[in-house]
Amino acid sequence: MNTFGDPTVWLPFVFAALMGVSILIYVVLDGFDLGVGILFPFADDNEKDRMIASIGPFWDANETWLVLAVGLLLVAFPAAHGEILTALYLPVTIMLIGLILRGVAFEFRAKAPAPYKDAWNTAFFAGSLMTSLSQGFMLGMYIMGLEWSWAHAGFGLLTAVFLTVGYSFIGATWVIHKTDEYLQRKAVDWAKGGIWGLVLGIAAISLATPYVSDRIFDKWFSWPSFLYLSPLPILSGMLVVWLWWMLRRMPFYGDRRSWLPFAAATALWVMAFGGMAYSFYPYVVPEKLTIYDAASAPESLFIILMGTCIVLPTIMAYTVLAYTIFRGKATELRYD
Amino acid sequence: METLLLSRIQFAANISFHILFPTITIALGWVLLFFKVRYNQTRQERWMEAYRFWVKIFALSFALGVVSGITMSFQFGTNWPGFMEKVGNIAGPLLAYEIMTAFFLEAVFLGIMLFGFSRVPNWLHTTATFLVAFGTMMSAFWIIVLNSWMHTPQGFEMIDGVAHATDWWAIIFNPSMPYRFAHMVLASFLTVSFLIAGISAFRWLIGGRTEGVRVALKTAVYAAALLIPLQILLGDFHGLNTKEYQPAKVAAMEGNWETDTGVPLVLFALPDEEARENRFEIAIPKLASFILTHDWNGEVKGLNDFIGENGEVLHPPVNPVFWSFRVMVGTGLLMLLVSWGASAMMLRKSRGVEGLPKPVLYVLVGMSFSGWVATLAGWYTTEIGRQPWLVQGVMSTKEAVADVPAPMVLSTLIAYLAVYAVLMVAYISVIFYLARRMSRGERIDPKTPQSEAAVARAVPAE
Ligand code: HDD
Ligand code: HEM
Ligand code: HEM
Repeated sequence: MNTFGDPTVWLPFVFAALMGVSILIYVVLDGFDLGVGILFPFADDNEKDRMIASIGPFWDANETWLVLAVGLLLVAFPAAHGEILTALYLPVTIMLIGLILRGVAFEFRAKAPAPYKDAWNTAFFAGSLMTSLSQGFMLGMYIMGLEWSWAHAGFGLLTAVFLTVGYSFIGATWVIHKTDEYLQRKAVDWAKGGIWGLVLGIAAISLATPYVSDRIFDKWFSWPSFLYLSPLPILSGMLVVWLWWMLRRMPFYGDRRSWLPFAAATALWVMAFGGMAYSFYPYVVPEKLTIYDAASAPESLFIILMGTCIVLPTIMAYTVLAYTIFRGKATELRYD
Repeated sequence: METLLLSRIQFAANISFHILFPTITIALGWVLLFFKVRYNQTRQERWMEAYRFWVKIFALSFALGVVSGITMSFQFGTNWPGFMEKVGNIAGPLLAYEIMTAFFLEAVFLGIMLFGFSRVPNWLHTTATFLVAFGTMMSAFWIIVLNSWMHTPQGFEMIDGVAHATDWWAIIFNPSMPYRFAHMVLASFLTVSFLIAGISAFRWLIGGRTEGVRVALKTAVYAAALLIPLQILLGDFHGLNTKEYQPAKVAAMEGNWETDTGVPLVLFALPDEEARENRFEIAIPKLASFILTHDWNGEVKGLNDFIGENGEVLHPPVNPVFWSFRVMVGTGLLMLLVSWGASAMMLRKSRGVEGLPKPVLYVLVGMSFSGWVATLAGWYTTEIGRQPWLVQGVMSTKEAVADVPAPMVLSTLIAYLAVYAVLMVAYISVIFYLARRMSRGERIDPKTPQSEAAVARAVPAE
């Protein structure tokens, strides 16, 4: 069989890759704005407004990556979509309600009568928390093969906490980049306080995944692949050390390189995600359904792919445009 | 209650909540563009005043539309997995195109439209406004294509129980799509017209008689008066189209049990599904035949034709379809009356808004959200009228439902409803709150300095 000639082979692969990329972009981008929400209780009123200003123009587009990721799952792997989402019915609902609360709180906190502002701030925090906890829980359940049991749910709760702290970490690095003075220093502290969530989260997942599945164990620990893969944990470790070293010295003189922690955090996410993708491939429902079994008909995938080739670069272009227009410190984002 | 019924209620609740906000944003985007362009042309401050107020309502509605839309995109998987498994090859690409061509466009340029005024050249800001309006319209287009295909499916073949596309042109331009899309877009413009008219009348009544309120009120009432006859005409065409492809739905809308010629138009009745007849019927002889066939003695199919061989019912439940149809048409007629009446008073001796007596202004305030009523009623007619089918003639709703325990569906349903209730109250009261503050001449931005900056950015050219 010729791998690249056969559309039932390369199309599902391409779509799995696209879906992976969307999920990755989503967890980085919405990760930072969810993180900002999780950090809300630690900020005073003025700081809250500035933190909101730092994510205001972006959050909607960031969430759209989630819609795209689910959309791709839905359209490219319909059988898996049903299986995964019905298994995760409850956490999905909690996440959706969380997303609703935080999304509307952006608007209401600025427009509702003053006495209600605190309530909407709380809704913003609660919504961000619900969203990230449930996403972390779903991640854990997914790793455990989507089977409900007490042990698995326990693991899910663990990943829920780690992911939430991880989001708050990347959110803090965003705030470091987008603000200055007192709030920036505060954000450096937040980042120092949150980095453990990321480290423990990555460690927990790296340990649990091969433990749950022999197949994944063999993929990592059989001889030559072990060698090829070793840079991944080593690089991640070095990144963490470097991040820690950097955070202890921040902010640098003249606010130089304030974007570095965010970039380093992103690199960490990318590696962790790459490792997971490697583990699970070719399964989309762990150990049950491969991307090749779950895929839609090639002619439908092809129609979508044609559009994607044109549209995705365009989306990238105007995303870059938006980030360029709103670059710089959030306080500078003044009207006039 | 069993999972099927609960899932249906949950889906209906979620989509009903979702559709309220797109109904506003689809048209309001264009209205904002209109205000902005008029300002660019005339440099009259009143256009910008109108823009500045309504862009806030737009941002608020958009946020609600986005978050409830995200819920929708999960609903297929959580509640109706069978749907994508069977017709995913067709529904999938349509949804994908909606996400790729519309959602990203809106989401990215919304940021620039709301917060970018001071950061980008004026032309780019106007362009961003245009792209957002265009994006919402594209969303509506793709989703209506999919929905219409579910009513009048074509361009596919079934292989091993799964639908495969054979002709995308036929799928996209399926027979009911043009009618449904046009009717929906007009519904959106009418909803927005009545919203703007109602809120402006409210501001006028409580003393906020600015030039901005005046032009908004006038524009809105005239727009409504122009559009409502078109909508009624289109509704008639839509009905004729439905009669051709989904005769059972039309029979339920008309409350017509027996196939007959010279069928009367039922104005009021209590359809009794047990006895299969209408009680307390008030009807105009032969009119239904005339409307539906343009012949006083034309033949119209009745519900009793849609009984299967073993006696199973193959037509939709009659009462909800019958009544929601009447609510929609009734609201439409009321809109006609009010908008024409108000326009006539404003045109008389060119007295403009001063020509509107107080009671008329009160009526306009009362009709602020009438568009929502008609739109929801219209969708209920459409969707319930398709039952027991999910995709007409291809798959039934039963087949698609997820195997999730009923208590789970029930508890999540209750959670959604509670959230929606709170948001509904907050949304409507914030609109009136902003209107009151504007009328008192207060800035409608929060007082803390930082959020002043944050919100001021949402307020271009001040
Ligand atoms: C402002 C909103 C509004 C108003 C005033 C009307 N409609 Fe409507 N109608 C809708 C908003 C709507 C809608 C919500 O947009 C629907 C649901 C699906 C669709 O395409 O449009 C709809 C559906 C719908 C259908 C169902 C078609 C089907 O799906 O099979 C018919 C037959 C009509 N309309 C006919 C009318 C008539 C005769 C009206 C005369 C007054 C009317 N509509 C006023
Ligand atoms: C593309 C758009 C749409 C799709 C794909 C869609 C799909 C569906 C599905 C899967 C059902 C099955 C559930 C059931 O039978 O109860 C349904 C029913 C329903 N839908 Fe839609 N729908 C769409 C648009 C809308 C809109 C805009 C509304 C507006 C409010 C709406 C209102 C309803 C209602 C009220 C039901 C319940 C019918 C019943 O209980 O018998 N739908 N639709
Ligand atoms: C089952 C059906 C539906 C699904 C899955 C769905 C999904 C979504 C999603 C995910 C969004 C958010 C997009 C973003 O992130 O920016 C959205 C927004 C939107 N939807 Fe829906 N939707 C459905 C039904 C409808 C219907 C029936 C209409 C109109 C006729 C509609 C019109 C819009 C519009 C105009 C927006 C733009 C945002 C806004 O105006 O608030 N949708 N929808």
